[in-house]
Amino acid sequence: MEYLKLIGIVIIILGFAFKLDTIAVVVAAALATGLVSGMSIPHVLTILGKGFMDNRMVSLFFLTLPMIGVVESHGLKQAAVNGISKIKNLSAGKIFNLYLAIREITDAMGIALSGQVQFIRPLINPMAQAAASVKKTLTDKQVDLIKARAAATDNFGNFFSQNLFIASSGVLLMSSTMKSLGYTATPANIVLYSIPMAVITFLITAYYNRRFDKQFEV
Amino acid sequence: MNVNNILEIFYVLIGLIMVFASIESFRDRENSARIGTGLFWLIMGIIFAVGKYLPNLVIGLLIVFVGILSLLKQIKVGKLKEVNKEIAEKSAKRLGAWLFFPSVVLAIFSILISQFTKLGGQVGIGIASVIALIIAMIISKTDAKTTYHDSERMVRSVGTAGVLPQLLATLGVIFTASGVGDVTSKAISGVFPAGNHLLGVILYCVAMVIFTMVMGNAFAAFAVITAGIGIPFVVAQGGNPAVVAALGMTSGYCGTLMTPMAANFNSLPVALLEMKDNLGVIKQQFPIALTLLVVQIILMYFLAF
Repeated sequence: MEYLKLIGIVIIILGFAFKLDTIAVVVAAALATGLVSGMSIPHVLTILGKGFMDNRMVSLFFLTLPMIGVVESHGLKQAAVNGISKIKNLSAGKIFNLYLAIREITDAMGIALSGQVQFIRPLINPMAQAAASVKKTLTDKQVDLIKARAAATDNFGNFFSQNLFIASSGVLLMSSTMKSLGYTATPANIVLYSIPMAVITFLITAYYNRRFDKQFEV
Repeated sequence: MNVNNILEIFYVLIGLIMVFASIESFRDRENSARIGTGLFWLIMGIIFAVGKYLPNLVIGLLIVFVGILSLLKQIKVGKLKEVNKEIAEKSAKRLGAWLFFPSVVLAIFSILISQFTKLGGQVGIGIASVIALIIAMIISKTDAKTTYHDSERMVRSVGTAGVLPQLLATLGVIFTASGVGDVTSKAISGVFPAGNHLLGVILYCVAMVIFTMVMGNAFAAFAVITAGIGIPFVVAQGGNPAVVAALGMTSGYCGTLMTPMAANFNSLPVALLEMKDNLGVIKQQFPIALTLLVVQIILMYFLAF
């Protein structure tokens, strides 16, 4: 019964889909896969322990946390807010695009802003609504659309630029997983090949956001 | 000193800041799970700082213990000291854009060390992090005690989510040792012939999207789908592993953009912004996610081979 080896994949999929405790799900999947493949319990535990040690590089991003903690407690977020709130006389789409650029650049430097909480709600959403309502008042539906687009823009910028930072957990996870699977992908190369999508996402999203403005122009 | 010995120093440093997090978790009287949380960070600290001297079997047991603690809801972030807004405002006015300088130093130095020295990317990250921290402390005039608290606060705030990526990468080791990739490739090659580069790329990227949508987590999808499909159908056919990894992961993010399972990204904003349409954010993301998926399939096909 070779297919029993896929039990780990099944456990992961179901465990995550049903929102069970993630750490316990992954540990259970690891143990189950090893055991059904005919390994003894001590052997599975040894591989688990060795695998964890060999993958310590994934957690190197912990080293960046003290610096981020220090700049955060000295007003990193406030400085970013002060900068963005200086933006004036732009359309909603242009505000989104400027924010998208800022988000991608800060992401590339490893500054993980909690965009939705820190920027979209208090800053970008109200600014965009104000900009879009210059010519005529917004309908409820339009207000909802602006909110959704603001949140979506944050996700686009965040997702497709976070792998530009070499010490991000995503880049380290990819590099280390490839190593676990027997192939080499250095963090620097992963960053290199993440650049095209960061640029393309920016261009496509920027076009999408500029077209968004049309509905407020009549 | 060789690269691995230097790297070991940085792992000891990581262990140290995890022990800080442990001490403060134990002291956090308001956390109902303070003992479990303190133990969690202590175990992690031990694994990082002195794990090299422990038998792998013991590390494996410790990880299972952490899994049980987590299952029993005994690991919680707890009450973190919030950033003092007044101090932060004042300091933001005084320092302005300089607050971004340490991060720029970190990003640039890690890349420079990785590309232009023999130390490699990992040591590069370590050295750059230490330099960036020192610069941050100097420009903000922060003392050791405040830095200690800023460190433990950040580490505690990431919680178990911080070690999940490493655990997922570990899963890859178990899958490889058990031959999971061989089984999936045999199963799927009955339907899809392995060896066709374009089909392999499409299969991998689309699987990343679908599994991320089901699981709500691209990192978890990456660990299983890369082992099961990415390696046998793309990398083993000669695909460049760095290209496959980078574009495979972002294909997964296209799934994240389209699923209500990714609550942090798609439902949290609905609540935060008091939106009427529960799926509003996903609807705005859908066309872009599908467009980007097609772009990624094309890019992977041309860049990987």
